[in-house]
Amino acid sequence: MIALLEIPLHQAVPYVTAAYTAFFALILIYLAIMAGKLSRIERELGELTELAARRRASGEEPDAP
Amino acid sequence: MYGKRLRALALTTFAALTLTLVLAFFWAPNDANQGFLQKIFYLHVPLAIVTLCGFVYGGVAAIMHLRTRDSRWDMRSYVAIHLSLVFGVGVLVTGSIWAKGSWGVWWDWSEPTLVSFLLIMLLYATYQPLRFAIEDPERQARYASVFAITAGAFVPINFVIVRLSTAYLHPRVLGDISANLPGRFQVVFYLSLISIALLWITLWRYEMTSKHASAQLRALRRLLAGDEDDALPRRSAVPTLSVSVEGGRAGGTPGVGASR
Repeated sequence: MIALLEIPLHQAVPYVTAAYTAFFALILIYLAIMAGKLSRIERELGELTELAARRRASGEEPDAP
Repeated sequence: MYGKRLRALALTTFAALTLTLVLAFFWAPNDANQGFLQKIFYLHVPLAIVTLCGFVYGGVAAIMHLRTRDSRWDMRSYVAIHLSLVFGVGVLVTGSIWAKGSWGVWWDWSEPTLVSFLLIMLLYATYQPLRFAIEDPERQARYASVFAITAGAFVPINFVIVRLSTAYLHPRVLGDISANLPGRFQVVFYLSLISIALLWITLWRYEMTSKHASAQLRALRRLLAGDEDDALPRRSAVPTLSVSVEGGRAGGTPGVGASR
């Protein structure tokens, strides 16, 4: 069992800053990872759009005059 | 589906978090014993509560998965546990910083609250490796649900055991809140709890939206590419989400356009 220390304001500020910074950094890292996944979804969607366009073009060619 | 009203939810979360920070630092007075250092509690304690609730929700979603065999419940459970693990890391980091400032040590092994939370974190740290170890998606989802239910039941039991323990010095914020905390402390604490809960819900929905979009995209690829892209899905710890692109609606029928 350990006792609570009474620390003055100027000593407490770095700890409070560090705690809040660490939390927001963690959330930002999480969001960055999610943003990476979103980019991948966007890229794959682009590929599928191209594939659909190619299919449509090749499907329409025989009917073209 | 999950992205509906996500923007409004995100904006509400941002406003709530901003208000909490402003009130915590400029309105709530400093604690008589701990002074300015007590401000960490407005972050640390709500984070811990939301993390534990997230783990319990993961267990509840797993029960729903076993009852309905709907893969969406498995995904909900997976995302809840995954997100709670991220929040749990935040709890450990902010708690250690507070302990260093208040107790003079980063960690105290004789403190039951700290050790029990670490045990819960270590228990849930095995969730993803467990999923990854099972190749068959159906079996993976079933075993993961059983794990999530068992571990989810352990969370409140562990909480009660620690509360019954007498040899502690960890401040009992929630238990003492109505008895000892002045009005301003209470207001900021509860607002902080709501803000962190909103943040968890926003991120959960954000990740669910991403996972659902990914599954829809994969189902669409299979539909467009036909047999060309009929390769077996890569082994992964992420649940298999069943999505039907024909109807334009996510479905829970296993095996229809199955995707990760």
